[in-house]
Amino acid sequence: MAFDYDKYLRPGKLPHIWCPGCGHGIVMKGLIRAIDACGLEKNNTAIVSGIGCASRLPGYMDFCTLHTAHGRAAAFATGVKMAKPEMNVILVGGDGDGTAIGGNHFIHACRRNIDMTYLIMNNNIYGMTGGQFSPCTPTGAKASTTPYGNPDPAFDIAKLAIGAGATFVARGTAYHATQIDKLIAEAIQHKGFSVVEILDDCPTTYGRRNKFKSVIEMMNRLKEIAVPVKAAEKMSPEQLEGKILTGVLYKAEKPEYTGEYAKVIERAKGAK
Amino acid sequence: MEKKLPTIEIIEKYCKGCHICVEFCPTKVLEMQGFVAAVKNLEACIKCMQCELRCPDFAIKVTA
Repeated sequence: MAFDYDKYLRPGKLPHIWCPGCGHGIVMKGLIRAIDACGLEKNNTAIVSGIGCASRLPGYMDFCTLHTAHGRAAAFATGVKMAKPEMNVILVGGDGDGTAIGGNHFIHACRRNIDMTYLIMNNNIYGMTGGQFSPCTPTGAKASTTPYGNPDPAFDIAKLAIGAGATFVARGTAYHATQIDKLIAEAIQHKGFSVVEILDDCPTTYGRRNKFKSVIEMMNRLKEIAVPVKAAEKMSPEQLEGKILTGVLYKAEKPEYTGEYAKVIERAKGAK
Repeated sequence: MEKKLPTIEIIEKYCKGCHICVEFCPTKVLEMQGFVAAVKNLEACIKCMQCELRCPDFAIKVTA
């Protein structure tokens, strides 16, 4: 039976702005299925984003939504969560928005372990502003600002999040569409800061500069480089060269920030 | 017994012609007609829903 996406979408907003073959639409569908599976109420769920292609997502979703300044999704979302701790807060954004311009907000949201879910669509580039290289552009890849190849090594968002203190970190790809909703649903249900990185394709500004002939080739590349964490345990370091691990990469239990802050309020009131 | 065929609805206004549904359909039910996807061979459909799942543009609805 067809899944009814329409009941979670704002009427009259489609077709969306994303380019033909852009994986953001696939990720958005995964997010909707995850929200449906978790049974989140529209009035009790906030979807917060910064600026960029991926950050256009909340505009299509019929929830409490916030489209904020570039990179500041985590800052605004922290405000929402602190004011209304009972709310489910989901952040969405791209790799440039989340790890470059909003890098500081990102690591400190991880450090606080505040109960929110951050969905990062990593398409290796700044798509909306014309294909400038981002911290997630692979070494040697071409972007509009690195026409001779990018000399910088790329961020590993999952390791960054784990290092900064996030308590749930998962990674999927736009190719593995059925896995996306399962990862996001698990992240939403986790109490603490959850990061879900979805590797995505940008055929317009990344693909055509890096000799990908079609969207299908980009999708198949995601299929080839992805290795599930369990399968990777049996593989040698040589076999894992150039591969990217997918699935739930890290899960831990730590005190959650809004709960800890409530204790501070109680202490300030003079409770012992 | 006659096979019950699903209905594949393609919303042409939403379709951007990215070819994803055509390429990932395991039984080659869909084809491109100009810039939009269209049903070519409904008989072959096995209702795997891959086209609906992968369409980034919310343009395909399969009802079994």
